[in-house]
Amino acid sequence: MTKSKLLEHNMVPYHEIIVGEEVEALLEKYKIKKEQLPKIRSDDPIVLEIGAVPGDIVKITRKSQTAEEALFYRLVIETIV
Amino acid sequence: MTTKALTESQITKKVEPLNLPKNIKRTIVEDAIAFNVTAKQLDEAIERVITGYSFSRVEPCDAAGVVAAQSIGEPGTQMTMRTFHYAGVAEINVTLGLPRLIEIVDARKIPSTPTMTIYLENEREDKSDISNYAFNKELAQKVAWNIEATTIDHIADVTVDISYVRIIVDLKKRQMGRRDITFDDVLTKLHEKMDSKCRISDAPEINQIVIEPAGSDSPYRDLFQMDKKLRDITLKGIDSIKRVVMRKESNSPDDEYILYTEGSALEQVIQVEGVDMARTTTNNINEIFEVFGIEAARNAIISEATNTLNEQGLEVDIRHIMLVADLMTSDGEVKQIGRHGISGEKASVFARAAFEVTVNHILDAGLRGSVDSLQGVTENVIVGQPIKMGTGDVRLIAKPQLLESDKN
Repeated sequence: MTKSKLLEHNMVPYHEIIVGEEVEALLEKYKIKKEQLPKIRSDDPIVLEIGAVPGDIVKITRKSQTAEEALFYRLVIETIV
Repeated sequence: MTTKALTESQITKKVEPLNLPKNIKRTIVEDAIAFNVTAKQLDEAIERVITGYSFSRVEPCDAAGVVAAQSIGEPGTQMTMRTFHYAGVAEINVTLGLPRLIEIVDARKIPSTPTMTIYLENEREDKSDISNYAFNKELAQKVAWNIEATTIDHIADVTVDISYVRIIVDLKKRQMGRRDITFDDVLTKLHEKMDSKCRISDAPEINQIVIEPAGSDSPYRDLFQMDKKLRDITLKGIDSIKRVVMRKESNSPDDEYILYTEGSALEQVIQVEGVDMARTTTNNINEIFEVFGIEAARNAIISEATNTLNEQGLEVDIRHIMLVADLMTSDGEVKQIGRHGISGEKASVFARAAFEVTVNHILDAGLRGSVDSLQGVTENVIVGQPIKMGTGDVRLIAKPQLLESDKN
């Protein structure tokens, strides 16, 4: 099966790269630097799928069992191995 | 001013911009429509919902982690210490209870009983459509045979003939037919997998394959090595999946066939034809992380932990488990809660020393000249200061300029 189907799995929430104003609004909202965000590795299958590179911020729209929809942000980092 | 009931679009317009979770907003809209509320009533309802919601939120400086730890820890004491359950599903052994919970938070690479739940494609609307894997018994069985590892012992009698220094493989026609393997399949697989030091001759008419060591100084030793190797060859299916059980699940909406396996190989299984990759899962969290990424791994931790607790009749609020899962996945990889994970990577020397291997941490810190800034809870308890939680985090701030102006 082709790789693009990864995103269709029930357990994979929607990932997207955010840029420009949205990033600034996010960092301003929480008053943090982007290094303080949770991380996601650059070799994560979904990161490869959406084509994000280290330094990008990925916005994840989770299906939450308590709030129905929850937004989460991760910073793409270089994989250290 | 107006006592007229609001229309649906008016209500939605009012509720949509509120800073509330989606499901609460939806409930407000639904109920507002059902009760034909006026603008004034809606305003009051919204105000009350917002008050109620803000009460239910975690306050700043609340010890959310400690609460989560205790909320999971206490029910944990009531769990069965050792359970080797046959988890309802046709005699597949699955580790449950406390050992399983420990396995999850320890982020083991391989669980002690890996198992998969494989769903089959059910895209066709019509249930009687024979091309629908999920509802067609024969097709489902075929997928099962393509997944389950078939070794030579499943389909043949293997005899080591010492007097003639050879191995005789008597293939059983019925078993081969059932598993959809032909004589030639076996022969090509053997040629491919056995090393060049042996001679393979075949006699298709009596379904027999003879293997002899060739050109070796110690044929007897080779004979037994060959025998061992022969039995390890996977002729068909996926290596690590030892057994597949097919069940027609009556509690799933349309009575579809679901495969349960002993052993797990997510990456290979989702490529098998007929497997519905969107619903197929495994209890091996590390495998999910490798194939579907960190967010899927987080979801897997949450669902595995809740299922383990619920199976024992324990109810833990999912938010506690979500907090644990978030912490375990916050660095982009699945970290364990323990010496080599969350607790072992804490910045504070005291916090690490308080957890495990105290002397090593303090000694290392001494050698390196580490500084502990006493920001966390454990450190402050050790040195006897108020911790920075709750009221302990409140500080008086005075602006010097203001003091100057007071003098005048």
